[in-house]
Amino acid sequence: MSIFQSYRLRLKRKQLLIRAFRKRREMKSVVDRTDNILGDDILAFTTLRNEKVRLPFFLQYYRDMGVNHFLIVDNDSDDGSREYLAEQPDVSLWSSKHSYRRSRYGVDWLNWLQRKYGEEHWCLVVDPDEFLVYPFCDTRPLRALTDWLDASSIRSFSAMLLDMYPKGRISERPYRSGQNPLEIASWFDSGNYSISRNWKYWNLWIQGGARARMFFQDNPEESPALNKVPLVKWTKKYAYVDSAHMLLPRGLNLVFDQWGGEKASGVLLHTKFLDTFSVKAAEELKRRQHYSKSVEYLAYARGLNEDPELWCKWSEKYINWRQLEILGLMSKGNWA
Amino acid sequence: MSVGIIMLVHTALDRAEQVARHWSAAGCPVVIHVDANVPRKTYKAFTKTLGDVPTVRFCQRHKCEWGTWGLVAGTLSASELLLAEFPEVRHVYLSSGSCLPLRPVQELVDYLAARPQTDFIESATTSDVPWTVGGLSDERFTLRFPFSWKRHRYLFDKYVDLQRKIGFKRKVPNGITPHMGSQWWCLTRQTLSAILEDPERDTYDTYFRKVWIPDESYFQTLARLYSTNIESRSLTLSKFDFQGKPHIFYDDHLQLLRRSDCFVARKIWPQANRLYDGFLRDPEGAIKMTEPNPAKIDRIFAKAVERRTQGRQGLYMQSRFPHEGFEHSITSGRYSVFQGFSDLFEDFEPWLAKSTGTQVHGHLYSPERAEFSGGQMVVNGALTDSPALRDYNPTAFLTNLIWNTRGERQCFQLGPADETAPIWFIAKDSNAQVSVISGAWAVPLFKSNRNFADLRQEAARLQKLEAEQLKVLRSVWAKARIRIWTMAEFIEAPMEPLQSIIDEMGQHALRRLTEAPKMADLTGFGQFLQNLKNQGMHPYLMGDFPVSPPGLNQPKPPRKPYLVQ
Repeated sequence: MSIFQSYRLRLKRKQLLIRAFRKRREMKSVVDRTDNILGDDILAFTTLRNEKVRLPFFLQYYRDMGVNHFLIVDNDSDDGSREYLAEQPDVSLWSSKHSYRRSRYGVDWLNWLQRKYGEEHWCLVVDPDEFLVYPFCDTRPLRALTDWLDASSIRSFSAMLLDMYPKGRISERPYRSGQNPLEIASWFDSGNYSISRNWKYWNLWIQGGARARMFFQDNPEESPALNKVPLVKWTKKYAYVDSAHMLLPRGLNLVFDQWGGEKASGVLLHTKFLDTFSVKAAEELKRRQHYSKSVEYLAYARGLNEDPELWCKWSEKYINWRQLEILGLMSKGNWA
Repeated sequence: MSVGIIMLVHTALDRAEQVARHWSAAGCPVVIHVDANVPRKTYKAFTKTLGDVPTVRFCQRHKCEWGTWGLVAGTLSASELLLAEFPEVRHVYLSSGSCLPLRPVQELVDYLAARPQTDFIESATTSDVPWTVGGLSDERFTLRFPFSWKRHRYLFDKYVDLQRKIGFKRKVPNGITPHMGSQWWCLTRQTLSAILEDPERDTYDTYFRKVWIPDESYFQTLARLYSTNIESRSLTLSKFDFQGKPHIFYDDHLQLLRRSDCFVARKIWPQANRLYDGFLRDPEGAIKMTEPNPAKIDRIFAKAVERRTQGRQGLYMQSRFPHEGFEHSITSGRYSVFQGFSDLFEDFEPWLAKSTGTQVHGHLYSPERAEFSGGQMVVNGALTDSPALRDYNPTAFLTNLIWNTRGERQCFQLGPADETAPIWFIAKDSNAQVSVISGAWAVPLFKSNRNFADLRQEAARLQKLEAEQLKVLRSVWAKARIRIWTMAEFIEAPMEPLQSIIDEMGQHALRRLTEAPKMADLTGFGQFLQNLKNQGMHPYLMGDFPVSPPGLNQPKPPRKPYLVQ
């Protein structure tokens, strides 16, 4: 049975790679600076649509962390994101007017780019509203982490999505371009996550947090997945199955210890809930380009019309990674 | 007299150069062994950059792979060259390219000059130490290891298995006793030259060539033959993780390393600029003569190993999700579960909160909502009372609650109607204290003003549910502290069980309960049960209640509620 299943997953992986190969034509190169990529550079892969206001801080955050090159697919932005990105010296940019949903939410595009440019590089897959935090990130650059992972023969690094939100109504404090979004969305839920195992892909399935608490009280099974494996030492054989939530071969999803210990892990601070959100939700709802016919955005739209406050008395204010470690949201593992 | 340094180098050559310059600037001659795997061009460039330093030499290169003879061969070549070229050297210090001297070199020189006959080499017999990772200790010396562990793991393992099966054993030459220890040593010229010039050296070399990880045993064993004064410890601070891989030092370890007073630390991350800049400066201030004291660093790394292997008890998260049975402890703290108490006593929850100072919740698994203490909708960790979210993963709800309230004991009520409660999970949890008064669910029915037909049906349902719960609690797999009384048993002497439950919770220093919870008025309860029986529903979980004799059409004056002292 398990041989049969392994074989099926192998076929599935091949199929994903073929799909990525087919979908490569949906992207048109805007600026290609991939010649500048050096042997052991750390690469970031992103798809986005109309995120110009977030881009300056996003790029700066990851540059400071030690990302050497950004490979970005722009899905038909009309707010100047493309022009802005094209000017950046460390960005290679593609654009696509094709359906985000039918490229499986950009995964096919990125799978292709990673296959082509990511071989034997540490690849980070993040959205413009996600900010990686890992153990010692205040004193050690990302390279220190990847070197340590290399030395430990670890090829994938887990960072769970942590929904950040402001105190007060979302629209209360407008976000200015270049500003650290964590200044506004600085609160999170610390201890209401539910985890189950996915035996097929060997990954953990994490749900919960502020989104489940506010928008999915009645249908928790539909609340979004929060498990992510965004940092991977890539090879041509790898493929993301479903956003950055899980990978094939499935051994890469074993980012957790099963015998009682803790492996090292980080957190992706998800700063979706800024004042830009309601506009975005309305637009996405119209485009219907997100998961399961945008059930997520439907739920948001319902919630936001009633103008809820995500903040509650037991929300935690973000301080630093050590706080997240103590709360048990991430771990240093045996990195000291 | 001076100290000679051997450096084994394979990567980060720029850092190695920096360190080599630092040693020789302080008057210590350096011999560098560069791994033969380093390309010739790189090697040539490296020798050239150090060409201006007269006391740096390069020895013959060998291929070094972890766990193989190459490392020893390199060390031997370097030692021969060092002893021959620099006759004033008395101690030889073996280090690697990622080692960093933490104290002024002069302090090391003085320290060794004060101990002219001492060899610093960690050396212990295999049977005495638990260091070996991977299961090979004695067998390192009695089996043969022709296959690379890193590249041909399968062959390596199979060949070991084969040798074990056929009972192959190598003979240890000349009756030497194999010793092991850290490969970073500091030996005197006397000892080292005795090893190098031993007439039997060929025998030993041939033998150790096929020993597993000879760099941890060659010198450690042979030094025992010649040294007059072995101090079995390494002067190099080097920590290993649970897989036997060295821990790496970064910029943020600067203060720790400073305070450790160790002479040399390994391994340093090549891009740790602050460490290299901080420690490779000219010494300032007075020379210290303190002993190395790595205790604090030891603690930090020991903790890291513990975190990696044991983890935080009761925590379930993205990188810790143990298989059932491998949790060590399935929740993070002790908690108490009460079944039937809040039915039997009118003010049980506030009473319990008052007498124990714990957090007392209502029915957390009530079908309507999670009844958090004080009617809260959200509690620690932003855990909500939503029944759908709770029932989506009832065990996560419980483990989250216990984790979020670490340091504060949680108590909650359970009842047969709380069908989604993870009763198996609680029963198996040694942190749980479960106290059950079976059949007490009948009291609210008895008090309620409902049609008897409905009551009978409800009683039958609850009795069935509770019977199932009790089966779980009485199973052989139950690890919780479980106490079960029938209701009849309990009300005979309620104070005693209450006292022992609360004593066990250990919240306060042992003292007698001064105030008792108020028990519901049970007049007529026996008759109520009898009525159920008469209707064909047989309530048995509450034990035997006598039917109180009916007065002759005269209701008895209401009895004082049971007040227990």
